[in-house]
Amino acid sequence: MTVLWLVPFGWGVDTSFKTEVDASASGADWIPKAGFTLDAYRTILGQGNLPVWAVNSVVIAVCVTAITVTISAMAAYAFSRTLFRGRRVLFAVTIASIMVPPQILIVPLFRQMLAMNLVDTYAAVILPQVVAPAMVFILKKFFDGIPRELEEAARIDGAGSFRVFWSVVLPLSRPILAAVAIFVFINTWNNFLWPFISTSDPQLMTLPVGLSTVKDSTGLRNAQESAASILGSIPLLIVFMLFQRQIVRSVATTGLGGQ
Amino acid sequence: MASVSTPARRAAAGSRRAGSRRAAATDRRRSPGGAGWLFATPFLVFFTLFLLVPIGIGLWMSFTDASLTGHGDGVFVGLDNYTEAFGDSQVWQTLGNTVWFTVLTTVPLVIVALVMALLVYTGMPGQWLWRLAFFASHLLPVAVVYQVWSMLFQPDRGMLNSVLQTFGMDGIAWLTDEKFAMWSIGLVTLWWTVGFNFLLYLAALQAIPDHLYEAAALDGAGAWRRLWSVTLPQLRRTTALIAVLQVMASLKVFDQIYLLTKGGPNGATRPILEYIYDTGFTNYRLGYASAVSYVFFGIIIILSLAQLKIFSRRED
Repeated sequence: MTVLWLVPFGWGVDTSFKTEVDASASGADWIPKAGFTLDAYRTILGQGNLPVWAVNSVVIAVCVTAITVTISAMAAYAFSRTLFRGRRVLFAVTIASIMVPPQILIVPLFRQMLAMNLVDTYAAVILPQVVAPAMVFILKKFFDGIPRELEEAARIDGAGSFRVFWSVVLPLSRPILAAVAIFVFINTWNNFLWPFISTSDPQLMTLPVGLSTVKDSTGLRNAQESAASILGSIPLLIVFMLFQRQIVRSVATTGLGGQ
Repeated sequence: MASVSTPARRAAAGSRRAGSRRAAATDRRRSPGGAGWLFATPFLVFFTLFLLVPIGIGLWMSFTDASLTGHGDGVFVGLDNYTEAFGDSQVWQTLGNTVWFTVLTTVPLVIVALVMALLVYTGMPGQWLWRLAFFASHLLPVAVVYQVWSMLFQPDRGMLNSVLQTFGMDGIAWLTDEKFAMWSIGLVTLWWTVGFNFLLYLAALQAIPDHLYEAAALDGAGAWRRLWSVTLPQLRRTTALIAVLQVMASLKVFDQIYLLTKGGPNGATRPILEYIYDTGFTNYRLGYASAVSYVFFGIIIILSLAQLKIFSRRED
């Protein structure tokens, strides 16, 4: 089964090392007639917007992740650890909004971006993506589990809300913060629909959007497209390999594990 | 008698008051209202601007003839868009495609994920490698999935058809035959997204306490019996959760269909979100697109409430 799962990967990698002639040849020949070559990678890296798209993807994913984690953690802290007027109602509205399919918001969001003169800017791609009610919920659930005694001890030492948040809650929440950051990063990196709609300038496209335009403009160039795809996939695969443990653990601790 | 206050009573009342004052003071220290607002505000600003406001704008637009090119906010047309949507055969056809896709993908995405997780959990060495193999496809951007599978699907020189031909079968027009197109998209979706459900199952399996298995083994239960009587019942909540998440995710299908078939052949794979997209961004009818969005949104809400009901009842 695993082998079956890896075949498409293998085929993509294999194709990227072929000449264009071999890559478009018929059949499932894993070993190309003209031998293996790095030409496709050279061409892709030499011309085209791939490096620009990669930089855009990194900038956008990092910005979205940083902003999302910061504002979600702060909101989760407010909902979990403080009492302010309207807290319950606001939290209920936040939770309810998890059900809204983001896709139905693209039309009004696009209209809004037009009105705000933000179409074809980084801001248009980034800002709508930082709203992550599900992440607020996950973080709040985790914060709820931090023992009150720790917080009280800090209060007795004269710490204010900000200090409690910064020096007690955040350090204890590292695993869940890492998990949320990884989830947000993956989702942002691979998000297609919104970046696709909010950018038309190739200089602003992210990798998934840019890659999807490659085929239209160049016709059949399997080797180059495969090479571009592989270059576009490597960063996330590395992130996953580095953080596998956190990702699996976070699935369990967020309660998604069903316990 | 009640008005007489003895010193003892006064003392008791006094200490109660002091007690509640102390409690109030602790409360204030623990949870200052102003700080709560301060912490919540950045999120609430974004939440309002980019979620609540667009929901409102969309709802308003659905009652107007707003267009992408038009000026101003469009003319109020009442329920016209909604009446049109309910009478629009495209809405029903694309909704039908969406539901068909959801049915087609949810069952295998639950079962294959479960089988994979069971295989990996029950004693295969090198768990991380399997995790990587199954989850890695989930990490690919949709454009990469599209690139790889459009190569595999090519009718005359794609790998899938070459494999079929070596077994003496005829090649299949994977994406261009109305009979097969949705199945092909389902296959891609299974390959692409099963890794997430697989991880959820794996985490749930790891959380089943060992003593349940030990007790079952003591009672003489064999491997199959342990699977049926311990593992699967313990996974019931996870299965319910995965099924709900999967139905919601499948109903929102757009990306892979848009890239692989553009909704074709002959609209056979066109999901409702693509219809909304086309109406809004190709035909510039934002008002009507919004109305169709809200009809779809209503259906999603009804479905999620129904699912919640079904699964919460089953748990009782």
